Amino acid sequence: MSLVGAFAASHAPGITARPSLPPAVESDPIFRAYDELRARVAAAQPDVWVVVSSEHWANFFLDNMPSFCVGISDEFFGPTDEKFVNIPRRGVRGHARLARALAEGVAEEVDLSTSQEMALDHGVMLPLHMLRTELPVIPIIVNCLAGIPAPLHRCHALGAAIRRTVDRWPERVALLGSGGLSHWPAMPESGRIGIDFDRRFLDAFIGGRIEGFLRYPQEKLEAEAGPGGHEIRTWVTVAGAANGARGSLLAYQPVPAWSTGCAVAVLEIEGAKQR
Amino acid sequence: MSLYEVQKLLFHVNRDPKTWNRFLDERDRLVAEYRLTEDEQHAVMETDFRRLYEMGVHSLLLGPLAAALGVSFPDYLAILRGKQP
Repeated sequence: MSLVGAFAASHAPGITARPSLPPAVESDPIFRAYDELRARVAAAQPDVWVVVSSEHWANFFLDNMPSFCVGISDEFFGPTDEKFVNIPRRGVRGHARLARALAEGVAEEVDLSTSQEMALDHGVMLPLHMLRTELPVIPIIVNCLAGIPAPLHRCHALGAAIRRTVDRWPERVALLGSGGLSHWPAMPESGRIGIDFDRRFLDAFIGGRIEGFLRYPQEKLEAEAGPGGHEIRTWVTVAGAANGARGSLLAYQPVPAWSTGCAVAVLEIEGAKQR
Repeated sequence: MSLYEVQKLLFHVNRDPKTWNRFLDERDRLVAEYRLTEDEQHAVMETDFRRLYEMGVHSLLLGPLAAALGVSFPDYLAILRGKQP
């Protein structure tokens, strides 16, 4: 009984880089939701994070682009040399032993790669920064970017395999999906937000009904949620781990100044025991 | 293959400090080491974000490069949209 929390949140760099740019009526719900998320995490009393984030050309290029990659190290550094995120670079504690065990367990069902020198960019660092957490982190990078990203149903399978693996552990694991929702990142369309898509996706996510999105046509996804919408893979991974659990939406807010439909959500893991 | 090469160059510029320094100090020699078309060479030499974007270069290679060069995000978007700031 080891998965004790399943969370998901947007990692728009504007949250830390341009916190005052959006009207407060747009940004406050997101900051409050991150505060609430911090409280939910504290209540779950985890020992370790598994953070599922998206590749943004921080680690991989098209010469070799893995669908899924687990970072196996006792120490990471982040954020990378991103000049646009306004988070101090620092060392981040990893957990090589558990990361290796996680990769071995997941590999029984879902092919993945591993990295002993994974760079952490804003996708991992921004939520860690907002949550002010110092717990060790097992990062998993999902290709949501280029080449041939894994189909959504395979991300769901990844989540299910994570769950089956960590549920055999004595350690208490918190899972965070970082990314999305709709955005057209650094593109001429930047600021456009697919509100209708975002709301439909969030309804399914917190309703424990993600199945309807697992075969979502990729062209339709991109048209409705932008190229950044591919990052729902990280949320779908969390839904796969949560295995139909319902949850609550702590905030959804389209924030054009942050170029993103921003959301923060939690799924209720049944039987997550208190210490 | 060529779009691949120009994206590879920008990936290295963004992520490898030595290549970043060469991008600043000896861009012509750096660019010559990649198999770029004349049009691509020109766009990289001029840091023509709009042209690079129109060629199909991924926006998340261009946005971080603009930030690293000190171009503000609104100015970068204006350039992409063909409205020079």
